[in-house]
Amino acid sequence: MLCELCKKKEATIHLTQVLDGSVKKVHMCEECSEKSGFDAQGPTSITDILLGMGGEGGLTIGTQKSLGRSCPKCQMKLSSFKKSGRFGCPDCYDAFKDELAPLLKVMHRKDVHIGKIPSRESAMVQRSAELSSLEKELNDAVKTENYEEAARIRDRIKECKLAMKEPEDSGGDYNESTSNDKD
Amino acid sequence: MIKIDELLKQSGGWLAPGDDNAVVISSRVRLARNLKDCAFPGWAGEEECERIWSDLLPVLRSCKSLSKPLYSGLVDMSVLDKQVLFERHLISREHANKKKGSGIVLRRDENMSVMVNEEDHLRMQAMRPGLELTTCWDKVNELDSEIEQQVRYAFSPKIGYLTACPSNVGTGMRASAMLNVPGLVLMNEINAVVKGMAKIGLAIRGLWGEGSEAAGNMFQVSNQMTLGEKEEDIAENLEQIVLEIVEHEKNARARLTETQENLIRDHVGRAVGILSEAYILSSKEALDLLSDLRLGIDMGILTSVNRRTVDYLILLTQPGHLQKIEGRKLKTKERDSVRARLVRERIRTAIKK
Repeated sequence: MLCELCKKKEATIHLTQVLDGSVKKVHMCEECSEKSGFDAQGPTSITDILLGMGGEGGLTIGTQKSLGRSCPKCQMKLSSFKKSGRFGCPDCYDAFKDELAPLLKVMHRKDVHIGKIPSRESAMVQRSAELSSLEKELNDAVKTENYEEAARIRDRIKECKLAMKEPEDSGGDYNESTSNDKD
Repeated sequence: MIKIDELLKQSGGWLAPGDDNAVVISSRVRLARNLKDCAFPGWAGEEECERIWSDLLPVLRSCKSLSKPLYSGLVDMSVLDKQVLFERHLISREHANKKKGSGIVLRRDENMSVMVNEEDHLRMQAMRPGLELTTCWDKVNELDSEIEQQVRYAFSPKIGYLTACPSNVGTGMRASAMLNVPGLVLMNEINAVVKGMAKIGLAIRGLWGEGSEAAGNMFQVSNQMTLGEKEEDIAENLEQIVLEIVEHEKNARARLTETQENLIRDHVGRAVGILSEAYILSSKEALDLLSDLRLGIDMGILTSVNRRTVDYLILLTQPGHLQKIEGRKLKTKERDSVRARLVRERIRTAIKK
């Protein structure tokens, strides 16, 4: 079989991708596969397909304006993520969360983690859950014009947010700058 | 340092000594983890990667579940040695291409290994022969818990472990089983199975990842979605589905024996003939024929060769292993004749006994 791209060399790479029940096959030679950016040996990620890197129109991510925006921590631009399908650093998830949300939903069909939690994060996770339930309570209190209660909840939210900002464990931190931040 | 020659003496973490794994060759669970406040390896500079590797190495070496592991920076390994690790499913193709600042840490028995600075800072895996997905999860979970005592992971309360690629976010977990399903292929039922699995969100690949196609009737099936499910459930669900495939495969084999026994015997007989007489064997042909031998052994047609010999040959006939055994670089054509010689010798010896 000849390579579908250059139509000259023998096709040795046979890429099969199964996505939502449809099977797509591409046959190409090693050279063309490298040129086209397919790491033929490595797993082609579903992200690449969703972002349309396989050539077919993928999911649109971001607007003209938001594509130029960059992560405040690592400076990676959204347009760069669109190209590579990989983020620059963990903070990118927060920086681009609005643009990412629909992609996550298509990819995983769910959007909340319910699995393992690192032991040192469990306090944080608890507080985060507490925070969202407090915010709901606050909403209800305001709706029912129970302002005294609302003020009390607001204080608790403040406390909760403050506690979330403080690094909660002592020592063992991988990154020195965070462990020095205390007090 | 990892001495590849030492590894060659053992059959690897995924090839089975047992007899219980006619259909399921091996199971594997890997977790992707990253360090808080550090750029992902693909975006970080070489310097940062080197710092991360030198910080993580002592952490990993101290882990009890890796029991005094072997380790090596990828920059210190030859292309051929990395190819051997790849063929043994210890590193990915992508990882093999990395240079400074990336490394591999592995248990001596190859049941567990950690790639440092592949796409994520940590990619740890547990591997077992046969259908052992739950055990693999337990083992890799233990290692993960040991590591998290010493480093701070990038983790979001809402979407879990943060990974370079959003397709891994959440649990960061990929569970996979390697299957040998010649019955389904011969009965033309494999396409229906593949489609069915795709529908329920599972991915299917060839034995050595994407490019390798499904040579030798071998497939890898794995979960695609990593967010919104518990790790135990991911492992258990996949295990259940694999058990169903095993049922289908056994069923297909039974029908084959009933309706086309002669055809199967012919198939297996020809495979033995070619493997014990051929002087040129490509890796795809070798894999296909060895898979036929596997079928013959499992169906009781072929008794003179045992599955261990066949499984071991599947590994040894891979390009990296062949060149390592020969002790020199070989061009494709040379490999094909060296491969044929190796197979010929081993199969003939097995039959003589």
